[in-house]
Amino acid sequence: MKFAVIQFPGSNCDLDMYHAVKDVLGEEAEYVWHDEADLSGFDGVLVPGGFSFGDYLRCGAIARFSNIMKEVVKAAEAGKPVLGVCNGFQVLTEAGLLPGALLRNRDLKFMCRNVTLKVENAGTMFTAEYAEGDELTIPIAHGEGNYYCDDETYSKLKESGRIVFTYSGDNPNGSVGDIAGILNEKGNVLGMMPHPERAVEKLLGSDDGLKMFQSIVKEWRESHANYA
Amino acid sequence: MTKVNVFVTLRESVLDPQGVAVKDALHSMGYAEVSDVRIGKFLELTIDESERDLDTAVREMCEKLLANTVIEDYRYEIKEEERA
Repeated sequence: MKFAVIQFPGSNCDLDMYHAVKDVLGEEAEYVWHDEADLSGFDGVLVPGGFSFGDYLRCGAIARFSNIMKEVVKAAEAGKPVLGVCNGFQVLTEAGLLPGALLRNRDLKFMCRNVTLKVENAGTMFTAEYAEGDELTIPIAHGEGNYYCDDETYSKLKESGRIVFTYSGDNPNGSVGDIAGILNEKGNVLGMMPHPERAVEKLLGSDDGLKMFQSIVKEWRESHANYA
Repeated sequence: MTKVNVFVTLRESVLDPQGVAVKDALHSMGYAEVSDVRIGKFLELTIDESERDLDTAVREMCEKLLANTVIEDYRYEIKEEERA
């Protein structure tokens, strides 16, 4: 499976994302610069964290109009897995691929530490290797990760199982319904504030994020088995 | 050339923790009469003559980029034409 790791000026988790899928999982991966205009050769898209365009105006607001984002939208429409982490999540909400928005953390602080995530839905292409209710140790590193959406959107997300991860116990940023990660309606676009790509090796403190990438790859292999 | 002032603020339904912190500071300074503070952004656009309808264009800029209407409200003022 071949992943595109999108790079904006100011992305800083691109190398971690690449390392996770290429070195740890052993899949193919390539960096794709934001002004490029083709993602057709890729099977999945990873939008990494960082501070794209310096977080000017709003997090993700400028990146959303990058050339490559038209292609990310196309990939999402084609049903390819699209994962946005941290700033990547912010970019995907700004682009309208996911509902809601990310606000400044409730306590106005940049939080950089491990949190406990709860798997709310293990029936997605991103979480099939987990079990519902699994608790994962995954790091966060954000100042604007306070997920917000209106009540109607929240009920819709909740009823349709599109709240994939919640913060278990302590909610670090004040997000609505303790939301840490959500899915689009079609089920192939996931946005989350915590960094699974930084939790893929025991040596680095946790490998609880590994199953997310394994889930994506397994699902892709199964759906492409006939062509192999 | 026309100057357009755009004001972007968090929607009423959205908690503004910065505003709350500033309000608390004002209270500790003795300004107990301040009941609410909302912090927003001020953008000053200088726009050259064009074929486009100014009002429509500015509204589009606000809706698409300058404000995120999921969390923010915006308003703008078109200032009198200024000769450069």
